[in-house]
Amino acid sequence: MELLLIFIIGLLHAAGIYMLLRRSMFKMIIGLILLGNGVNLLIFLLGRLVKGKPPVIDEASKVFTEIYADPVPQALILTAIVIGFGLQSFAIILIKRVYKVLETDDLDDLNSTDEEI
Amino acid sequence: MNNSWIVLPILFQLVSAVVLLLTWGNIKIQKIVSILLSAIGLGIGIWLFLLIYNHGIQVTQSGNWPAPFGITFVADTFGSTMVLLASIAGFSVSIFAAGSMSRARLRFGFFPLLHFLIMGLQGAFLTGDIFNLYVWFEVIIISSFVLITIGGKKAQLEGAIKYVALNLLASIFFLIGIAFLYGLTGSLNMADLATKVQEIDNKGLINVTASLFLVAFGIKSAVFPLYFWLPASYHTPPAAVGAIFGGLLTKVGVYAMVRTFTLIFAGDVFLSLILSVMAALTILSGALGAMYHRHLGKIFGYLIICHIGFMMAGVGMMTELAIVGTVFYLVHDIIVKTNLFMVSGLILKINGTQDIKELGGMYKSKPLLSLLMAIPLFSLVGIPPLSGFWAKLFFIKGGLESKEYFLIAFIILGSFLTLWVIAKVWSEVFWKDAVNLPKKSKGIFFHELSSTGKWVLVLPVIFLSIISLYIGFGAEHIVSLSQRIASELMNPASYIETVLSQKTIEP
Repeated sequence: MELLLIFIIGLLHAAGIYMLLRRSMFKMIIGLILLGNGVNLLIFLLGRLVKGKPPVIDEASKVFTEIYADPVPQALILTAIVIGFGLQSFAIILIKRVYKVLETDDLDDLNSTDEEI
Repeated sequence: MNNSWIVLPILFQLVSAVVLLLTWGNIKIQKIVSILLSAIGLGIGIWLFLLIYNHGIQVTQSGNWPAPFGITFVADTFGSTMVLLASIAGFSVSIFAAGSMSRARLRFGFFPLLHFLIMGLQGAFLTGDIFNLYVWFEVIIISSFVLITIGGKKAQLEGAIKYVALNLLASIFFLIGIAFLYGLTGSLNMADLATKVQEIDNKGLINVTASLFLVAFGIKSAVFPLYFWLPASYHTPPAAVGAIFGGLLTKVGVYAMVRTFTLIFAGDVFLSLILSVMAALTILSGALGAMYHRHLGKIFGYLIICHIGFMMAGVGMMTELAIVGTVFYLVHDIIVKTNLFMVSGLILKINGTQDIKELGGMYKSKPLLSLLMAIPLFSLVGIPPLSGFWAKLFFIKGGLESKEYFLIAFIILGSFLTLWVIAKVWSEVFWKDAVNLPKKSKGIFFHELSSTGKWVLVLPVIFLSIISLYIGFGAEHIVSLSQRIASELMNPASYIETVLSQKTIEP
């Protein structure tokens, strides 16, 4: 399972970076979304995978005696997903607006603020 | 000390923003309410600062979960000083915005967003949890995204695309760093991390994690190979937004860098070498960019980069004396950069342009205002006894002590080039004869405003200039404050102990 996740994370990162390096604004946003998902899986993986062991203490005992699934990474991922969703939707609205005003999807055409002295 | 009231600055800004949302669209009321609430926020900042200064570090555990498990809020001297500075900048920007922003922009909710932004900053300065720091960073950037695009001019949208893309990328790097840190230690509490990271034998993994944080905070604070979004975007929004961005947003990156590299990754030789090289190149590229440009906003934007290099140099040297310099420079820089962007807005209001070739004759037409504007300009250069000078003294002393002659050379070169740039701005804008060109800007000009309108624009500049003068002439107070902060940062034992030994309140 770990090996599979490692490959998926690597693939998502590679695809995200490839998309980021394209000149199209739209592909840039797709790249950022892919990277964000890759990172969420990375947190999940680095929080150690434990199968079928909920973080609930047995009624009889006071502390955990066996290995249990860590709930913290899942809480982190949930937060990161929500934040990422908000930011990505803003970014998508922004590129739509930019496309309307500047009538281009090519990032290389967005350099008028750089060129003026 | 356990004190739940330390989150008051964050909560107060949240309440202010919500109150302002309730008066959506009613600009006149929003202006007055925002200024009043910012003034109270400033009072709360002063209260928190005095509390920490007199009674030491205060801690609160949210939800009453004991230390390494829940989210901790810590107010130490560094954090509370930054909270105070953010409140000062927020207060003066809300006054300046009331006078300078166009009605259309104010109607789209500038004031609530300003308060949300300040709330994010206060949260970032007060949190003691690395993931919570990430969340506050997101609060800051989402508010800043809207602030930078508010008004929707063509140039603003172009700048915003670069700003948004690179800040999202920085967040992703930050999150990868947190994932690695959690995988290595199983903790997110910064005080707990500080002890656990020291115990890990695999230094290679620690270096990789530290580099990820360096890239994340490097993009946020605009250091050498990662700063290109800043000159492309910071001059595009109106001056009030530029002031809060230039004063605080890059500095929160520096704050996070100082915090993580003194607390969590302390004593890392590999890291301090990289930081030093990056600092030197940041100083050089920022200064050269400022020399080349003619637009005031761009010049000040590149000067931000140049001076971020100074603070990085202090972090790179990693001695107590250099950290004193970094903290002093941070205090000086937040006030001066906020003021500079407001000055550039004022110049635009008076002359209708920000191109220094088209400006001129300000000293002849507005002698008193020019003298006022001279204070932030020359404080920035650090002509003794103005505020920039004292921090550089500590950088050079610290550099001599740790034998970093290479960095000292760059700091002196950077100061000299800053002097050159400011002298150029002074002679072009103020001393040169007026150039009679057709006015480009449409809005209302300064001379058309009522006298209250004029005072609303000039008062925040006077307020921040007085603080700048105080930092310069009352340097002994700021130095003793910076020394206290630096000794707390370099000896984090008391910070760690206060956080971790904190018992929860019995129900």
